Amino acid sequence: MNQDAFSISLSLFALIDWHGFFFLLFAAIACIAALMVVLTDNVVRMALHLILSLGATAGLFFLAGAEFIGAMQLMIYVGGTLVLLVFGVMLTAQTQLVALRTPAGDRVLAGILAAALLAVLVQAAFSIESWQKSGQGIVSAPTATPLGMALVGVRVDQSAEANLLDAKGGYLLPFEIVSVHLLVVLIGAAYLARAKRRRVPRPVDLMASVDSVEPRSTVDSPSTVLSGGAE
Amino acid sequence: MAEFLIETIGLPTWFAWTAIAGLSAFLILNVIAGGALVFIWAERKIAARIQDRLGPTRTGGRFGWLQSLADGIKLLAKEDLMPDGADALLFRLAPYVSFCASFCAFIALPFAFDTVGQRLNVGVFFVVAVLGLEVFGVILAGYASASKWSLFGAMREAAQVVSYEVPLGMCVVVPVMLAGSMDLVTIGEKQAGWAMNWFIFHDPFTFIIFWVYCTCAIASVNRAPFDLAEAESELVAGFHTEYSGLRWSFFFMAEYGSMFLVSALAAILFLGGWNGPVPVSELLGFSDGVAANAPFALRFIGCMNLFLKATAGVLLMMWIRWTLPRLRIDQVMTTCLKYCTPIAAAMFLGVMLWQLFLPGGLVPGSFRAAAGVREGWLEQSYRKESAEDESLSLKNLSRHISEVSR
Repeated sequence: MNQDAFSISLSLFALIDWHGFFFLLFAAIACIAALMVVLTDNVVRMALHLILSLGATAGLFFLAGAEFIGAMQLMIYVGGTLVLLVFGVMLTAQTQLVALRTPAGDRVLAGILAAALLAVLVQAAFSIESWQKSGQGIVSAPTATPLGMALVGVRVDQSAEANLLDAKGGYLLPFEIVSVHLLVVLIGAAYLARAKRRRVPRPVDLMASVDSVEPRSTVDSPSTVLSGGAE
Repeated sequence: MAEFLIETIGLPTWFAWTAIAGLSAFLILNVIAGGALVFIWAERKIAARIQDRLGPTRTGGRFGWLQSLADGIKLLAKEDLMPDGADALLFRLAPYVSFCASFCAFIALPFAFDTVGQRLNVGVFFVVAVLGLEVFGVILAGYASASKWSLFGAMREAAQVVSYEVPLGMCVVVPVMLAGSMDLVTIGEKQAGWAMNWFIFHDPFTFIIFWVYCTCAIASVNRAPFDLAEAESELVAGFHTEYSGLRWSFFFMAEYGSMFLVSALAAILFLGGWNGPVPVSELLGFSDGVAANAPFALRFIGCMNLFLKATAGVLLMMWIRWTLPRLRIDQVMTTCLKYCTPIAAAMFLGVMLWQLFLPGGLVPGSFRAAAGVREGWLEQSYRKESAEDESLSLKNLSRHISEVSR
């Protein structure tokens, strides 16, 4: 009797589509956490739910075998939320911002907007024919190497053999534009956050304002912490 | 492993995979928890010796080697306290977030050439990305504790970790560039053979960048002299001021796990990974062809090699911790932005030029004399993975590269 139940449960387990199960699990976590981001009052908890949602999305990528994209998702999006979290913590250090109340009118407006966007996305997703087929399994082991080659201008996936030098389809130009852009941002951030030279206050300034007498610590001030985070 | 269970024993597919996943998770958990037990004891002994004391001597006989276990029982029995104003959910969650991040990074870490929880072709990237998530636990703890000490500690940690990720990433890129892969298994395998094949001895630039990596690694796991998040002389205990008992010990398990992780990563990236300094197995004629179904002993020796190197790294961290005084926050930032980052960038450039102009090393043919030891195994396993898509295979790719460079 017991053995029968065991074998039945075994065959039941074998019937379950584990890939689909984990897909649904991660998708559900992502969706519910995303909803919680909107519905929570506390900024830090919002950030936490956002991390959960983005992390579950990374899980979806790993499930699909796109390890590079998954790791990217963890590094950029989940890691980027760190800065958001820091901002949240600094904001909620003051008591009036611990709970952010959204007016009911705003909620309705946001709901309508989100529903419209969702409708467009769902319609688009289901109208693409090749997406309607059931999963074809893993086509090939994806590696990051073709991606890296494409970034420096060689599309190994497109031109298999002969006309390699003719293949101009790489992403070298966008890659360079993005790199230069990021460099500019980095330099700008460093410029904005640089330590201001402390001037010895003149007697005139002293009389003008009392505030300037206080030795300003440029090191521990919140702006330095934030700029460190913003990088 | 799972294929072996399915084909030889005939277990159902789902059961075999689940069992193997469970086994891997169990083993990794034991590496972290067991490692923490040993390392905490070692830390107390080393700290004591450096400060001319004896350290624990009684519990468990001669060297007090059961001290950590006794501590563990004490922590289990402690009352689980929570401050009144704390955010209950986040306060309870924070230790687990820290621990999970540390645990997740171990999944992609190979212990020997095919002893790895899940072999990812972007292993290095994954490990570095997940390691950066540990700081979330610390920030949540600092925020949820409703205590100024905790909040200060968490903020310092956030600033520090985010800054040190930049030079750390640059250091990690160098071995990736030398090996031509982000797969940790491939990187380790490329350093097989004599110790001169290790990437740290590849050229002068890699030797310097190894020490930059060490600095950044210590900073990214918050060990002294970079332990500003704890800073017991200023902030009581920093982000874990309000924690007690088992929750507190979770933070410590995460810390010791991360210490072991960055040390193991250093071993794989620079110190030859699971390859010993002398290729004993190759000298005995084991490696050629055997590697595809390597005997258990070979893997075991590989694991031991890696554990030895990683433990040496952890001990080095302890030595540094009990030798150097804590840096101020501005000194921490100066170290990162004015020293580590420019040095790492310059060394990165140097390694790149070295690869271009002296790819064989100073003495031609000396490097990589035995680097092809298990190359066969690597390519074989790779082909198995991407058997479907011929155009993307490694061989084709290298041909493409050579054509382009021509």
